[in-house]
Amino acid sequence: MELWSVITSIIPSAIAYTIPILMGALGGLYSERSGVTNLCIEGLMLFGVFSSAATIVKLQAIPGFSFNLAIVIGIIVAMVASTLLSLLHAFAAINLKANQVISGTAINMLSTAVSLFLAQTITGSGNITIVRAVIRQNVPILSKIPVIGPLFFSSTYWTTWICLLLWAASWFLLYKTSFGLRLRACGEHPSAVASAGVNVHKMRYIGVMASGLLSGIGGACILVTYAGEYNAGSGINGLGYLAIAALIFGQWKPLGILGSTFFFGLCMTIANMGKVFPIFQSIPTGYLGMFPYLATLIALIFSSRKSAAPLASGEPF
Amino acid sequence: MNKKKVINKPLEARKASPLVVSLSAVFLGIVAGCVFILCIGKNPFAGFERILFGALSNTRRIGNTLGMSTQLILIGLSVAFAFKTGLFNIGAPGQMLIGGITGSILAYYLPMDMPRIIYLPLIVIASMLTGALWGFLSGFLKAKFNVHEVVSTIMLNWIAYWIVYDFIPRFIIDPTISVKSKPIETVHTLRADWLTSLTSFSTMNYGFFIAIVMCVVVWFILQKTTLGFNLKAVGSNRFCAEYAGIKVNRSIMISMAIAGALASLGGLTYYCGYSNIMEMGKMPSEGFDGIAVALLGNCSPVGIFFSAIFFGILKMGRGSLAATGIPTEIADTIIATIIYFTATNVILASFWNGLFKSSFSRKEEAVAAALKARGDDRGVDKLSKEEFKQLAKEGKALVAGKKEGR
Repeated sequence: MELWSVITSIIPSAIAYTIPILMGALGGLYSERSGVTNLCIEGLMLFGVFSSAATIVKLQAIPGFSFNLAIVIGIIVAMVASTLLSLLHAFAAINLKANQVISGTAINMLSTAVSLFLAQTITGSGNITIVRAVIRQNVPILSKIPVIGPLFFSSTYWTTWICLLLWAASWFLLYKTSFGLRLRACGEHPSAVASAGVNVHKMRYIGVMASGLLSGIGGACILVTYAGEYNAGSGINGLGYLAIAALIFGQWKPLGILGSTFFFGLCMTIANMGKVFPIFQSIPTGYLGMFPYLATLIALIFSSRKSAAPLASGEPF
Repeated sequence: MNKKKVINKPLEARKASPLVVSLSAVFLGIVAGCVFILCIGKNPFAGFERILFGALSNTRRIGNTLGMSTQLILIGLSVAFAFKTGLFNIGAPGQMLIGGITGSILAYYLPMDMPRIIYLPLIVIASMLTGALWGFLSGFLKAKFNVHEVVSTIMLNWIAYWIVYDFIPRFIIDPTISVKSKPIETVHTLRADWLTSLTSFSTMNYGFFIAIVMCVVVWFILQKTTLGFNLKAVGSNRFCAEYAGIKVNRSIMISMAIAGALASLGGLTYYCGYSNIMEMGKMPSEGFDGIAVALLGNCSPVGIFFSAIFFGILKMGRGSLAATGIPTEIADTIIATIIYFTATNVILASFWNGLFKSSFSRKEEAVAAALKARGDDRGVDKLSKEEFKQLAKEGKALVAGKKEGR
């Protein structure tokens, strides 16, 4: 069956595209739930791509150094680097009570400029290509299950499973622990939380730093899975903004963002691999490329009206 | 009657003006740039000297700098206009692309022998209209469906990017280089022979004068018309404006449409004046620099004019950096740092406010002491500016003498 073969090749790619957006949106969830509007997911993810690319290239150049270990170290470096960058936003938004939208935009521009600046000094060009990315593997036993096996458990990246684990852990942390309750309350009614003796500034710092950490992982995932290179020219093509849109579309809920990011991942797959499949071949490249952004806009039209945004998101405390 | 200016605004005298805040943001941005250059082991002073050399050393370079500043002025105005209505327009790159592609297609298809006096207004109006439509879309989505304008303008940026990607090969492709549009004939660009020869073949064009006119127009709309008043009222307090009977949703749509028209005019001057081709798959970064221009210029047309020239110098001058081995991206780093510091202007303002306040209250103390010594019973706020200065000087000596006496 031809349709089945199309689906089995689209779904694994869609999952690969979903994971970085999911990590970005999850980061945004932490930040917005704690009451800080975070529009710098794009910049944080891009910085994750750059820092992991620079690290992995340097490590993989060492003879005899394990490729997989290099990738793991690269992901950790991306986490640290993006968290440090997110501190700048946290400081501006929480301590200086700056306009969070402008501060986020400044971080985005800063990330683009600084990563390109550093890439120029390190490699002399705007591109960093890693030697080897994560290899796709079938999950033992599970990939043998009919229907589900070829869709979800064959030719997967190991990073995907870690990210899904992080998603589940975040859901548990935010909804099943007292810490999560406090964090969410900081985004709804900070003065009430403060009167209960919780340090709102500290909680918000944690929220923003978590968004940096998760976006860093998301950025590193882009690099070590499908992209394989840091390219200053195209950056990450607005994936960070798609993550924010997914956050709104998913109504600031973990399960909601899992669904909405998968929808966007599917759209990205159709845009990027559309030419491979005969059913999309007649559509011009321009329209295929436009598709995810147009779909996002339409999705936002339907989901923004009764917005469930955290009440105090964007309000300095 | 004494018509001399009387100091009766002690509150304002204790506050930092926006100019001081902007200048300190520039200063901090340049310091950050110096730190980055030092980090890679190069000489920052040599770097900044090269930037100034590259931007201003001869008429051609000055012309190029003004040519680059042209679109920065227009985009800065666009961002500032939306900002006055409380909207953040980061859709300028997309609006530029829409304006540029409209102008380029018209330039390609309109007859060559068309008189310029008809041709130029035609492309200006056409690109402003399409840009206004593009800006209006995000205003409409914000007003009717509550879609956050930052996310919707970003999505519209990418949609515009792919439209241009599709339109270039469809309508205006250069068959020899298949990723660029065919260069527009000079008579169909905004360039003028007298300007080109005056500045020894620089990129300066009529757009610069259009930008100046637009500065005046924007100032006029915002300061002198009911429309401008309504827009500003919506920007400062949406609910208050609604209560006063201003149609908030309509204001949002109008504001975004005007912002779109301004940015798209910037795109026209960029693609049909500053350069004469459009490339496939390229988002103009000038659209984002416009945010920096608007913020640094404190969203006022005069401020935007000067900050656009400043950024024009940075962007054109960086080309000469190659000789020193400093990556040219240092200019973008400085611009981004400046935005960060303008966003955090609270700390800059409070720093200067504190400084001004303490210096002003010290002066006040001195003046009071001098008045007491003279036996004058007028209050401090009844003095003219000159008298105040004079008395402050006298009082300073008195206060210092008193302290020594103790």
